[in-house]
Amino acid sequence: MSTVAMEQRKKIHPHKFTLWVGIGSLLMMFAGLTSAYIVKRNQANWQTFDLPQFFWYSTAAILLSSVTIYLAQKAFKQREMRKYRSLVIATLVLGVLFMVFQVLGFQQFWKQGLPLGTNVSSDFMYVIVGLHAAHVAGGLIALIVLFANAFNTKTRTYNSIPVELVSTYWHFVDVLWIYLLIFLIMIR
Amino acid sequence: MSSAATLHHADVHGSHDAHHEHHHHETFITKYVFSQDHKMIAKQFLVTGIIWAIIGGLFSVVFRLQLGYPESTFPWLEDLLGHWAAGGKLKPEFYYALVTMHGTILVFFVLTAGLSGTFANFLIPLQIGARDMASPMLNMLSYWFFFLASTIMFCSLFVQTGPASGGWTIYPPLSALGDASSGAKIGMDLWLVSMAMFIVSSLLGGLNYITTILNMRTKGMSMTRLPLTIWALFFTAVLGVLSFPVLLSGAILLLFDRNLGTSFYLSDIVIAGKILPNEGGSAILFQHLFWFLGHPEVYIILLPAMGMSSEIISVNSRKPIFGYMAMVGSVFAIAILAFLVWAHHMFVTGLNPFLGSVFVLLTLLIAVPSAIKVFNWLTTLWRANIRFTPGMLFAIGFVSLFISGGLTGIFLGNSALDLHLHDTYFVVAHFHIVMGVASFFGMFAGVYHWFPKMFGRYLNNTMAYIHFWVTIVGAYLIFWPMHYQGLAGMPRRYYDFSGWSSFNMFSGLNEFISFVSMIVFAAQLLFVFNFFYSMFKGRKVTDANPWGSNTLEWTTPINPGHGNWPGEIPEVYRGAYDYAKDGKEFIPQNVPVGDDESKGH
Repeated sequence: MSTVAMEQRKKIHPHKFTLWVGIGSLLMMFAGLTSAYIVKRNQANWQTFDLPQFFWYSTAAILLSSVTIYLAQKAFKQREMRKYRSLVIATLVLGVLFMVFQVLGFQQFWKQGLPLGTNVSSDFMYVIVGLHAAHVAGGLIALIVLFANAFNTKTRTYNSIPVELVSTYWHFVDVLWIYLLIFLIMIR
Repeated sequence: MSSAATLHHADVHGSHDAHHEHHHHETFITKYVFSQDHKMIAKQFLVTGIIWAIIGGLFSVVFRLQLGYPESTFPWLEDLLGHWAAGGKLKPEFYYALVTMHGTILVFFVLTAGLSGTFANFLIPLQIGARDMASPMLNMLSYWFFFLASTIMFCSLFVQTGPASGGWTIYPPLSALGDASSGAKIGMDLWLVSMAMFIVSSLLGGLNYITTILNMRTKGMSMTRLPLTIWALFFTAVLGVLSFPVLLSGAILLLFDRNLGTSFYLSDIVIAGKILPNEGGSAILFQHLFWFLGHPEVYIILLPAMGMSSEIISVNSRKPIFGYMAMVGSVFAIAILAFLVWAHHMFVTGLNPFLGSVFVLLTLLIAVPSAIKVFNWLTTLWRANIRFTPGMLFAIGFVSLFISGGLTGIFLGNSALDLHLHDTYFVVAHFHIVMGVASFFGMFAGVYHWFPKMFGRYLNNTMAYIHFWVTIVGAYLIFWPMHYQGLAGMPRRYYDFSGWSSFNMFSGLNEFISFVSMIVFAAQLLFVFNFFYSMFKGRKVTDANPWGSNTLEWTTPINPGHGNWPGEIPEVYRGAYDYAKDGKEFIPQNVPVGDDESKGH
């Protein structure tokens, strides 16, 4: 009986598991869009386009934010709360920075003579990058909640699950961005 | 066999027990409205589903009036529908709206949310031995997103230009251009918003079902001891979680085309004499994205019915299900194949014939796991000691409909034959029997079988038998003749056939079908009456295990509270199908294996 009990404890936390299944589901949505992109590319009227410069800055921001949230999670587990708080803030700032660069990138793209509705290929960029940004925005909301909890001195939380969940999700939107960037560069 | 639960030590389920302690102060709101108890959420899904089924069914009766009696007028229709039926005759625009909403409501709101939502929520924790879902909060949100979707869709029925009318598949350009039809205006926008909410609801639900099944099983409940209902609901959830997001991405592109001037799906269109600037889009792209969901959706609808029928047939045959692992394997095979056959809906879109032949092969492959399942149901029934309870009758009815509807699928899966049969009543008959009516039968079987567990009372048997016989005979009388009409080339989606001399010979048959559909609809109202009457006045359940069943839900008290088991969660020692073993009629899963018991089954 004790071995079974131990097996039960070794099991992944249900909320973490739910998140992983959810990530699988989100991946399918982007797979739908990127495969639609590939299908369209093989048809007439396809125009190649260059990605705006700002996307490289945003890539740097989100990569760095993945590092800070990893360190934040580590700090939380070691109960170094001061370090944890500043790292959560750093992640939040980097996340906002990412969004700003994406918006600037869209503007640059728009001014290059490729506003929404010009041709299908550049419209795909708006939809795919925009939908990704919407998911980063969701992550930012989760980070704000973490941030609020971190500065709530009335109740102390030792439960690391919320931090781990947000961190996993954040790494996911990071990896997803890298994939989309490579995709949009390689296939055009 | 006693139904008393075999309890086990506390340490194993400490974490599960912790969270049912804090539900002492239940108000009306927390118990019946914003409930986090999976059983209450299941009932919410069921009742909402029943309301939608009445609306969706009524729509079909109204448009069948038009098809069956195209020359007549019905003044009362004008009282009911106002200007949509001016002079007592349905307007063509509204006919299309009715057909669209009939499909949308029954496919998504009744047979997806109403079926999976009800039985996944109700049965998963009870049958795997869990106190609740992995995340009761997400589960509650799942229902309320569905409620929101329902409200928006319901409102769309009353807007001035009418609800969406471009078919439940919302193919562009009809759905992408507001000028295309009156239903393509605000009705279509509301449809898209409502479906977005619906997708969120079904994803939240699906995430929960998968996690709960994989993570929260009681001690001893290995995957191979799960009842087949749970296996079916598991694969249903996997299909939903992987296919609905693709529909969402298709719908997002559609939203851009509708509102932001992009042309993902639009190219070279002249509407009302005006040439649109859209160029470079492809309407076929939408069909690919849509059917990548659309085909798995068929199995999202069908698999729960399969799982419940397997369980109910085994319980009421008093025999183990024949070929348990084959049943699991065939559901798995169907789930995989579900993702690989979507283009068989698109054989006549100019699909590359070579690609088409690949999809023909993959489509016909589905016949293999389907045949395995049918074989196993029949061999379970073979020489069994059958109890013809209403639930059992509907389960057997499901098998019958699945066979007769599945066989015509083999016709339609051939691209060469599909050239002739595409968009005829043959298709209508095929999918209504195999997906619509068959899944409804699975749902009815589930309701009749688990009603005692849901409400602590039985449904009235006399009404149940009338309901069954009228429905099964009626379903065949409605859809059987449609095969014949379809083979003769009668197309779908026509408002009035009386103008075509080639289809005039079917006017008598159309009238007959419409007449039967009204009788069948009345029989469903009898069921609805029985449902709500028995909820309050039905015969009370006195035996905790009224069907002599092995699964864990019957080890709970007759009216289980939040947390399901008052004491410890029972431990499981065996599979769910030890019926007629070693001379015992049934051995529940929580009974330890005796020394004198034979190995295996």
